[in-house]
Amino acid sequence: VVEGLALLDLGVSPYAGAVFHETPLIIYLFHFLIEYAEMVFMVTDVLTAVALYLAIQDFNKVVIKKQKLLIELDKYAPDVAELIQTPKEMHYTPLKVALFYLLNPYTVMSCVAKSTCAINNTVIAFFILATIKGSAFLSAVFLALATYQSLYPLTLFAPALLYLLQRQFIPVKLKSKGFWLYTMQYAALYLCSLVVIICLSFFLLNSWDFIPAVYGFILSIPDLTPNIGLFWYFFAEMFEHFSLFFVCVFQINVFFYTIPLAIKLKEHPVFFLFVQIAIISVFKSYPTVGDIALYMAFLPLWSHLYRFLRNIFIPCCVLIVCSVLFPVLWHLWIYAGSANSNFYYAITLTFNVGQIQLISDYFYAFLRREYYLSHGLHLTRQDGTEAMLVLK
Amino acid sequence: PVQWLEQTLWELGLEVHRQSFSRTLPFPDETRERYMVHGTNVYGILRAPRAASTEALVLSVPCSPGTQNNQAVGLMLALAAYFREQIYWAKDIIFLVTEHDLLGTEAWLEAYHDINLTEVQSLGTPGRAGAIQAAIALELSSDVVTSFDVAVEGLNGQLPNLDLLNLFHAFCQKNGLLCTIQGKLPRSDWDSLPGYAHSLQTLALMVLAQASGRARGDHGLFLRYRVQALTLRGINSFRQTKHGMAALGRTLEGMFRKLNNLLERLHQSYFFYLLPSLSRFVSIGLYMPAFGFLLLVLVLKISFGWGGGWGWEPGPSATRLSPQEARPGLLVLLPPVLICEAAGLALYLLPVLGQQVATQHFPVSEAEAVVLTIIAIYVAGMALPHNTHRVLPGAGAAQGWLALKLVALVALALVLVALALLNFSLGFLLAATMVPAAAAVQPNGPKVLLAAVLVLATPAVTLLLSIFLERELLEVPAGAGEGWQLFLA
Repeated sequence: VVEGLALLDLGVSPYAGAVFHETPLIIYLFHFLIEYAEMVFMVTDVLTAVALYLAIQDFNKVVIKKQKLLIELDKYAPDVAELIQTPKEMHYTPLKVALFYLLNPYTVMSCVAKSTCAINNTVIAFFILATIKGSAFLSAVFLALATYQSLYPLTLFAPALLYLLQRQFIPVKLKSKGFWLYTMQYAALYLCSLVVIICLSFFLLNSWDFIPAVYGFILSIPDLTPNIGLFWYFFAEMFEHFSLFFVCVFQINVFFYTIPLAIKLKEHPVFFLFVQIAIISVFKSYPTVGDIALYMAFLPLWSHLYRFLRNIFIPCCVLIVCSVLFPVLWHLWIYAGSANSNFYYAITLTFNVGQIQLISDYFYAFLRREYYLSHGLHLTRQDGTEAMLVLK
Repeated sequence: PVQWLEQTLWELGLEVHRQSFSRTLPFPDETRERYMVHGTNVYGILRAPRAASTEALVLSVPCSPGTQNNQAVGLMLALAAYFREQIYWAKDIIFLVTEHDLLGTEAWLEAYHDINLTEVQSLGTPGRAGAIQAAIALELSSDVVTSFDVAVEGLNGQLPNLDLLNLFHAFCQKNGLLCTIQGKLPRSDWDSLPGYAHSLQTLALMVLAQASGRARGDHGLFLRYRVQALTLRGINSFRQTKHGMAALGRTLEGMFRKLNNLLERLHQSYFFYLLPSLSRFVSIGLYMPAFGFLLLVLVLKISFGWGGGWGWEPGPSATRLSPQEARPGLLVLLPPVLICEAAGLALYLLPVLGQQVATQHFPVSEAEAVVLTIIAIYVAGMALPHNTHRVLPGAGAAQGWLALKLVALVALALVLVALALLNFSLGFLLAATMVPAAAAVQPNGPKVLLAAVLVLATPAVTLLLSIFLERELLEVPAGAGEGWQLFLA
């Protein structure tokens, strides 16, 4: 960012050097705020926490209403009384979510490092707030901002759409006209705001330079600095003429999970949102620990799933151990010269595997609870013996 | 003799520079009662006749008053004269004479690489020769030697590349010099039981040396800058065959020629190894699993504690513990961990910071102040977390202890893993003493015995015991008082 600012002050396009890859709006934002850089990042973190707090408060109300509705409609099996969430136990959840985000060591690290990921997180948090409050316009605008900054929140379009549809009580059927109408409206809002923002950037800098620099960079991964993601090692080892193929494969991997998850989780868009954010932060081309902090902030929301988690301990331990070993192996590789990139990548792999385990564990627990809710806690097979749920 | 050195080196035809440095010592030197140490390093650069000066080799000779190293400068000058006449040098050779041992070497390295890690103030190094590829530090106390000893351990347990060691060994054998490691002679009957014992002794000495984290010679400081380095010591003991300077010179010349031919930095061989003898090594692939098994004890204990103590996720018809009883809150588990971490942090930061305060208020010298502070914080760190459970509610129950123990085991495993990667010997020693103790204590055992076991397993006691062990192995057994002195030092 500093380099971009320096180049801008000199009158040259900031993207002329190969270092700066942030969007023009960010440059202009920092143009005014560079003096107060630490304050800015602290303020953004606080804003994110506040946004999450308000969002979860609203979401809790929605959940309780929906539960009451389903109980009255008799959709739940008779013996699931203990699985229903009560307002009392959900009372502190918004506070816990905000605290989880603020006190997370990852958030603190990313604030200290002044990574622009914090701004990303703020925009996504505001997007979530707007979606849960039900304002389609604001939600589209924030989503456009988030997509504009890094390409991947595009996948959050689906959960947001599902949530807004649910809120408007429009059923998700492919033949229903209401569904398509609303989808078109939302998509139009989103695309228009995206176009407006891009044109604004164009007029700010008088060139289309930023498109290859920002989006081309995210998509084609020219810079292979090691980070906690999965991409750099592969592309460092790969031959030239395969790299296009693998870039496509890796990028498709991020966007690929949206449709199946949408089909499975169409009743529960907020959980879908959580899983989607987690998937983005694992498979992104340049992830940072700030992304992880964002989805970990949601974990208190699903604390009622605790008893269904099969093995939460191991992924947690893996995450903690890997976080400790990251700097150790970085030091050994770069400063001491005794290790090499393989060590560091092993830790990266293990870390991401741990994250994926965590997500899939929560996914399983969530689905299991839904199944119990509709079919009762005591499952029996045809011959009357006890049955166990298996995720296929 | 700075002038004399400069004159001699210049007469030999090298490019001579001097570097003066000064440093304020945290403790005053007992003999001189002064804080400031001034010194001068002198170094001469032999420019390679036909190559661009992009890479360099260093022959470093620590020069201090006293008899410890009085011959090495002579050998270095002779080598310099000889090297000057050769035409095959592709890298520059820097002949470095340092003052005040480690201080001088560190000052030179910092100035050469233009960074400032320790607070040494020095005028910079005016002459440079490119990236240093390898360095050899030489220490000779007499002009005839019977054997050549090599020291490998560097700062914080970092080791040079094994290639360098093999180089040394190969050249010693070629020239018929006897070479030793850890002061122990190689045995040819390494298959027999006494041979094993001997190798084990050597190995244990190396482990202890690496665990202490002190650099065994000047070369240790080079390792931090990614320069592979060794320290060679000439030892004169009672033996028939003595070798003069010529043999030493030939060996060193051979080594330097080999290093001259390097195309890239030494990185192909192992960086993590243990040496039972000079011609055999134990690589990381062999000793890491041993460490892994020690940690496996902890992991198994953790996973059984997690699964068994809580009760499994309830099946539909099983009776289960209600979540409120079985799972103490996070709030209860956190303070002891935080206090332990804080005590560790205090141990790291406070003694140096509090030194000023301590010397003003109490009649102790600086060194003692630091040591006493360390001991005080250590004891506090051991006692405090234990007492938090009286203050916080809900932690005294059996389940509370179990949860706390699990968290403590996870924290222990984490610290040991991180430590083992950086300084394996230290990690291993600590693991070997702490894991049995940590795994064995339970709230329902004989309390006094278990408390004694825990106290004994703390790192400080390990340090004390390992000092005794090292002295034993060096065949200079130390009495209890001397051991305590060394421990305090």
